[in-house]
Amino acid sequence: MDPVAALFAVFSASTLVSAVRVITARNPVHAVLYLVLCFFSAACLWLLLQAEFLAIALVLVYVGAVMVLFLFVVMMLDIQIDRLRVGFWRHLPLAALIGVAIALQLWLVLANGHWQFLTPPVTDVAKVGNTKALGQLTFTEYLLPLQMAGAILLVAIVAAIALTLRRRSDSLHQRPGDQVRVRARDRLTIVHMPPAVHPTATAKAPVKEA
Amino acid sequence: MVSLSWYLFVGAVLFAISVIGIFLNRKNLIVLLMAIELMLLAVNTNFIAFSHFLGDLHGQVFVFFILTVAAAESAIGLAILVALFRNMNTINVDELDALKG
Amino acid sequence: MLKLALLVPLAPLAGAIAAGLFGRTLGRAGAHVVTIFGVLVATIVSALIFWAVIAEHQVISGTVYTWAQTGGGLHLEIGFLIDSLTATMMLVVSFVSLMVHIYTIGYMADDPGYQRFFSYIALFTFSMLMLVMSNNFLQLFFGWEAVGLVSYLLIGFWYKRPSAIYANLKAFIVNRVGDIGFVLGIGLIYAYCGSLDYAAVFAQSSALAASVLPAGGWSVLTVICVCLFIGAMGKSAQFPLHVWLPDSMEGPTPISALIHAATMVTAGIFMVARTSPLFELSEAALSFVMVIGAITALFMGFLGIVQNDIKRVIAYSTLSQLGYMTVALGASAYSVAIFHLVTHAFFKALLFLAAGSVIIAMHHEQDIRRMGGLWRYMPITWVTCVIGGLALIGMPGFAGFYSKDSIIEAVAHSQLPGSGFAQFAVTAGVFVTALYTFRMIFLVFHGKERFGAHGSHEHEHEHDHGHGDSAPHETPAVVWVPLVLLAIPSVLVGAFGVQPLVAGDYFAGAIFVDHNAHEAVGELAREFPGALNMALEGFVRLPFLLAAAGVALAWLLYIKRPELPEAIRARMPWLYRLLDHKYYLDQINEIVFAGGARWIGAGFWKQGDVALIDGALVNGSARVVGRLAQLIRRVQSGFIYHYAFVMLVGIAVMLFVFLTWPYLPALIADRR
Repeated sequence: MDPVAALFAVFSASTLVSAVRVITARNPVHAVLYLVLCFFSAACLWLLLQAEFLAIALVLVYVGAVMVLFLFVVMMLDIQIDRLRVGFWRHLPLAALIGVAIALQLWLVLANGHWQFLTPPVTDVAKVGNTKALGQLTFTEYLLPLQMAGAILLVAIVAAIALTLRRRSDSLHQRPGDQVRVRARDRLTIVHMPPAVHPTATAKAPVKEA
Repeated sequence: MVSLSWYLFVGAVLFAISVIGIFLNRKNLIVLLMAIELMLLAVNTNFIAFSHFLGDLHGQVFVFFILTVAAAESAIGLAILVALFRNMNTINVDELDALKG
Repeated sequence: MLKLALLVPLAPLAGAIAAGLFGRTLGRAGAHVVTIFGVLVATIVSALIFWAVIAEHQVISGTVYTWAQTGGGLHLEIGFLIDSLTATMMLVVSFVSLMVHIYTIGYMADDPGYQRFFSYIALFTFSMLMLVMSNNFLQLFFGWEAVGLVSYLLIGFWYKRPSAIYANLKAFIVNRVGDIGFVLGIGLIYAYCGSLDYAAVFAQSSALAASVLPAGGWSVLTVICVCLFIGAMGKSAQFPLHVWLPDSMEGPTPISALIHAATMVTAGIFMVARTSPLFELSEAALSFVMVIGAITALFMGFLGIVQNDIKRVIAYSTLSQLGYMTVALGASAYSVAIFHLVTHAFFKALLFLAAGSVIIAMHHEQDIRRMGGLWRYMPITWVTCVIGGLALIGMPGFAGFYSKDSIIEAVAHSQLPGSGFAQFAVTAGVFVTALYTFRMIFLVFHGKERFGAHGSHEHEHEHDHGHGDSAPHETPAVVWVPLVLLAIPSVLVGAFGVQPLVAGDYFAGAIFVDHNAHEAVGELAREFPGALNMALEGFVRLPFLLAAAGVALAWLLYIKRPELPEAIRARMPWLYRLLDHKYYLDQINEIVFAGGARWIGAGFWKQGDVALIDGALVNGSARVVGRLAQLIRRVQSGFIYHYAFVMLVGIAVMLFVFLTWPYLPALIADRR
């Protein structure tokens, strides 16, 4: 068996087993850790497929950021593990049926036909390097989708903050927006008052003051 | 020689596992989100495999974008989860039926 | 001449409009002056036209105004056809109307609706004249409906009285039932002749006789004639559509005289005579006409014997005499029927107006059991009433004798099915007529005086005579002068009219008689011995003997031995009950027809409207939507895993479909 096949077997086994453990783990922290393992294994599979950039991106971005985020959230929420497992295996038959059906269908669709004995072509990707080739394609043909992806990420940031930000009620801070919108008549009222003394009565009494 | 169909098989089984995971995890919303990540991973694997065996780099570009969007989506999903937990103090999916018709 | 004829209906119409719209401005005197002037003009011009048509044998015919002309060939116009038949009717209608107008000045003197009444009776005169002068079926129908409308307005003249409202609705609705047949007949005429003009339709009468209706195979002409006659049954109050006429006595007496004796009820008779070219060709229709008329003549007479309201006696008498006219029509003796119509108009109007005179004198007491011995107090009324009564029972020499005896003879000559029964009916009817007529006269004018301290004031009018005493006296001149003026023709019209109308060719060209098939009138003409001889012969013939017997029986029962009627009633209470309830026809109508209609209406309301439309359709659809929503809302359980499950199952199904779709045609082909 050639080394690629052996590596493929190891990595794919690791991926699948850890995926199963993700969904069946009792402790959610364990589940997250198994998910990390699953993603690592998948990255290795991708390396086998000569998609280096994406494999590393998967590890750095996905595992490094998103999985860590998962871990934070799992640890932050106070989850009671015992109550969660009641009736866990009850739905397995149905779930297994659906799952197997979908897998089978996917397999039938994708694996039948003339791809079965497809051999990978010899490309000159090795000369350029996967990253550079990917970059060349992305920044020319897919420029607009790239910018849109950036916008999506921005929106995601804003949304996440807006959903979860809690303000301290006792913090003192200025709100420039409100400051700018103040109007004079919200702060000041002019009241007309008639003079208290009759004009002619005071005419002959210019007070001499030193 | 590992042919395309093996990789596709891996992707299909991964997808099936995540489907089962969605069904099984009624009580734990976080694992539900994780199962969705698994689904995305399966699809990405498919894309990469095809891209390799057809010699077409466009598949990998697609994976690139899928990764981006998946990251954004999981971030927002977790933010919603946190907000939900703050209000209801539970992540038990069974108790989340406020949108019942 | 056509323009002159236009004056006849328009003058009363102008009077009616003036009195109706400007009654308050004109005042009472102004209202009656303007309407009487209009009707007087109509009478004078009718007399002129009568002279022109009869003496100089002119026929005035033409279109006055074309109302509409459609592309499909329908031509609607206002036109006149004035031949001997129409001229006679015009003169009778306008003259009797004039008498009634003058009479009303006295009768309605204290009524608050004085101007309205004059407007209505002038309007009636206009409508009736338009009816008789028309030259096409549409104008005939217009006049028909207009007289029905004015009759409704006049019967319910004292509209604050519930019995009057009940009566006028009854009259209108029963007339409407007849009008259904009438409209069907007119529709059939248009469908098969393509025109509503008399001349055009009569020209096609033999073609109509030959054609057959597609469904049922009946002759078109028979169906048309029967439908038209159903209209006549409603308007001329033949059995069983007669029920409205006795109730129409709720209206003031002048209109009972005008409308329900002399003119409106004779519209049906006139219509059948006018359409004689159609009726002559249909034996079935003529037989039907004769039998209905015979039933009416005899059985309505029976009812007249037990009535206690003076106007009701005369009303049933009218019904019976209309039956006589109808029998004559059935025997193809149209001219005789018209002759009887003319004589009847005079003496029946006379009788009604005399009854009105008695009612005024008795301070609106109408029950003949509370009258008696009035001949001393009201001699003029008494004499004219007796003259009218003698004319009615067919005393030889008086008008009614000539027309009635001619009818009896004409029926005797008829061979149609049912003529035997008709002959029996009209002959027996003479006895019955004499009985009830002289019962009324004896009870009202002779015998013991039964009025007095309890001369009741319960009846109609808001009138207060201001008479402190209760002794009756003769009514004012405006009331008895028309009586005298009507008594004169009641005596003379018969003698002068019998020769030309019955035995001569007075109606030639106006009325069509098939002398070969129906020889009744021909026989009459051949056997006619002259007016004087006819009168002398009449004294020894059966009708006179029967009439004399009737008078004698009335004298016995109501003058000589007044306790006898009570004894008879005690012996045969069932007979009395049957007659008192008018053969239970009113109850049948109320329970079966009116009740049935109400039941159907309630059924439609409860089942159709409430249950079906409101319940099932409107509320039901809302309920269905609600139930459906209840079902569907279960899909929205709020649980995410349900939604996820559905999504995934959907994916699985879609995948399956996409997988197998290309192979399905092959699979199906394999199966076959």
